[in-house]
Amino acid sequence: MERSEVEAKMVDLLVEELGLERDEITMESTFEEDLEVDSLGVVELLMALEDNFGVTIPDEEAEDIVSVSQAVDVVMAKLGG
Amino acid sequence: MSKVALVTGASRGIGRAVAEELGEHGYRVAVNYHTRDDAAREVVAAVVAGGGEAEAFGADVGDGDAVAGLFAAVTEAMGPPEILVNNAGITRDGLLMRMAPEQWDAVLNTNLRSAYLCTRAALRPMLKARWGRIISVASVAGLAGNPGQANYAAAKAGVIGFTKSVAKEVGSRGITVNAVAPGFIETDMTARLDDGVREAARAEITAGRFGTPREVASAVRYLASDAASYITGQVLVVDGGLAI
Repeated sequence: MERSEVEAKMVDLLVEELGLERDEITMESTFEEDLEVDSLGVVELLMALEDNFGVTIPDEEAEDIVSVSQAVDVVMAKLGG
Repeated sequence: MSKVALVTGASRGIGRAVAEELGEHGYRVAVNYHTRDDAAREVVAAVVAGGGEAEAFGADVGDGDAVAGLFAAVTEAMGPPEILVNNAGITRDGLLMRMAPEQWDAVLNTNLRSAYLCTRAALRPMLKARWGRIISVASVAGLAGNPGQANYAAAKAGVIGFTKSVAKEVGSRGITVNAVAPGFIETDMTARLDDGVREAARAEITAGRFGTPREVASAVRYLASDAASYITGQVLVVDGGLAI
């Protein structure tokens, strides 16, 4: 999967699963500060990523995800891209 | 479509009454049992005879793999549970000085670990749906303690702390997490008490009698209903005034 596809899907998930506004989301946005996603919201996002991309994200890797682009990095790495 | 309610340990006692109560009130009921499949089938038949919908699912809810299998089976057959009633429970009574580790572990596993495993499994679809009800059956023993039940009281107090913590974790997502704390209820569990203990207990109960399983079940039904949408992290004591 191309990075641009993962990015587009990531934005879709943030809108659909977390109820965020599409035009507020950039790749540089941080979840907790910029997008005001709470800790449970981050867990919900991880679950959505696992379901939608068919990957498994261990807790220790999840802890390092601060921004949208870092979430994309983790998914890309899991997909072997 | 009417909501799916999974009741653990529903082949007899309070669990059975909860399954029948919810079935009569339009919920589609997943009747979990561990060993008594005949009894579970009777519960299903009773719900169906009343015009309701129910299916039986065997699983040891103290076991992680079994719980995963249970939720997969219920979801496949009926859809994801929107209401979870953590009811499964056992007693292995004895004074602490004579309580073997096996008695401790068995009670903690079936009464408390099961709530952790089942609630975690149930929350995922509830979070997606932004709606859910988790109702755990605690006990007045978990509030007041009871000699001979250090294991059971610890597990039930654990259920109460668990309930309050999870309520805070998921409250912003339309999911309520509550407990009921029954006192002395007429079940197989209290039928094992000897007559002297039963009489002494009765003397302490304001209502002057043991409760019926249905009297606990109606409290569970209330907490499951939309009428209780703003109640979370609470322990509703259903004990006929024992603990006043």
